[in-house]
Amino acid sequence: MEKIIFYILALIMIVFAIASVTSRQMLRSVIYLLFVLIGIAGLYFLIDYNFLAAVQLTVYAGGIIVLVIFSVLLVHHIEMELEMAKLSTKLLTGLVCLIGLGIFLFTIYSHNFKVVENSKTTSVEDIGRGLLNYDAGGFILPFEVISILLLAAMIGAIIIGKGEKLTKNDDTL
Amino acid sequence: MNITKNIHEWLFSLMPETTASIVEMVLIAVIYLAIFAVAGLYLVLLERRVAAWFQLRLGPNRVGYQGLLQTMADALKLVSKELTVTIKADKFLYNLAPYFVIVTALMALSLFPFSKEFQAFDINIGIFFLTAISSIGVIGILLAGWSSNNKFSLIGAMRSGVQTISYELSVGLSLLTMVVMTGSLQLSQIVEVQKSGWLIVQGHIPAIIAFCIYMVAGTAETNRAPFDLVEAESELGAGFHTEYSGMKFAYFFLAEFINMFIIAAIATTIFFGAYLSPFGITESIPLLGVFWFLAKTLALVFLMMWFRWTFPRLRIDQLLVLEWKYLLPLNLMNLILMALMVLLGLTIKF
Repeated sequence: MEKIIFYILALIMIVFAIASVTSRQMLRSVIYLLFVLIGIAGLYFLIDYNFLAAVQLTVYAGGIIVLVIFSVLLVHHIEMELEMAKLSTKLLTGLVCLIGLGIFLFTIYSHNFKVVENSKTTSVEDIGRGLLNYDAGGFILPFEVISILLLAAMIGAIIIGKGEKLTKNDDTL
Repeated sequence: MNITKNIHEWLFSLMPETTASIVEMVLIAVIYLAIFAVAGLYLVLLERRVAAWFQLRLGPNRVGYQGLLQTMADALKLVSKELTVTIKADKFLYNLAPYFVIVTALMALSLFPFSKEFQAFDINIGIFFLTAISSIGVIGILLAGWSSNNKFSLIGAMRSGVQTISYELSVGLSLLTMVVMTGSLQLSQIVEVQKSGWLIVQGHIPAIIAFCIYMVAGTAETNRAPFDLVEAESELGAGFHTEYSGMKFAYFFLAEFINMFIIAAIATTIFFGAYLSPFGITESIPLLGVFWFLAKTLALVFLMMWFRWTFPRLRIDQLLVLEWKYLLPLNLMNLILMALMVLLGLTIKF
């Protein structure tokens, strides 16, 4: 049963991944990419990692894809099609992709995977405690660093968005 | 429930295990589809009757007793109508868009504990899964707007995107405020916690603030008036679904009403004790849980309809100012207040 579901998901993901890079209409590519991302979430559900699956759905499918769709809506008209790349570019990209795939396959096949016996569902509480733990195996430092990075990005976005208005207000003060 | 247990045993005695479980899943899906259709249709009727009541009209009361068959007739009419498409529309995306909206609504419906046993999918990240699912629904609206090849649709879709992304934060944060108290995201656990008092009573002041924010943000997330800029009929025709006709329009229409039901049902589950009866008066009869769940949900649905027929529509800048300058800071402060309260043990428990 699980094997069948896995192969169905894998097939869906491969087909849509290929469709996503071959489609010449931008928004369709985005939607095919969305199906690939949902398929990955399905894989996480299959291995009982519900939290990561929901994160995948919220962040990638719900967040990033919506942002990408937004930018497509702003710049792209329905009658436009993407241009075909030049032959030299195609060859170069294909070569780089093949090298990447080679490294990827080599790493996977040289690694010795162990089958885990107990399939315990990770609870949200474990993840929360792991994130805020400062003992060995805790993730408090990366967690805080990422939050500072996010804060900096947010302030930066506000400054860029309101830049002119801010300086004008300073003059009047 | 006894009936489901009997069917379950009968199915497993009849066929091998895998087939039986697949058949069972299909049966559950069909039951939920039926609930989906019936609930959607009768919510439309309820909306029309409530609107008529607020505007001192009669409303639909001719087809069947008190107009009970009116929406059925409307649905039949919509099924028989021609499906039109604009020229140069992106046909694939145009046909795909309604399914995004309707599948996400149906998936969300499967999570609710209608009574102790009547819950299809009790996942351990319940609330988080609900927010994840609802964030995908907006893609359907964006696609519908863009692929129609119509400027009104496109403007409606853009507005919808802005609105949903903004108000999702408030919905999520106000639910998070309540999760601080329950200590679990699983819906059945949350109901279990509420056996010693509904959460809105347990959490008193911060819980009431969270509930108010949740209702405002929830109304905005379902694109209903006073936040219905998405389909502002006086400016945009019908917004993102201007070009849809027949059954595809009906999908959007039904999903909109089911989403309203979902928002109300989440509020019922988180704030008002889901299927638990007030003061535990009917705890001995578990079957009445469905009644209490629906009664509370419909009361909240009525509240949302009340909003719709009372307040005028907001402008887009007012909409964004309301979210980013008032609701979000208030929500963050409320979250800290709730955390402090739980830490100091100031919650009320019976």
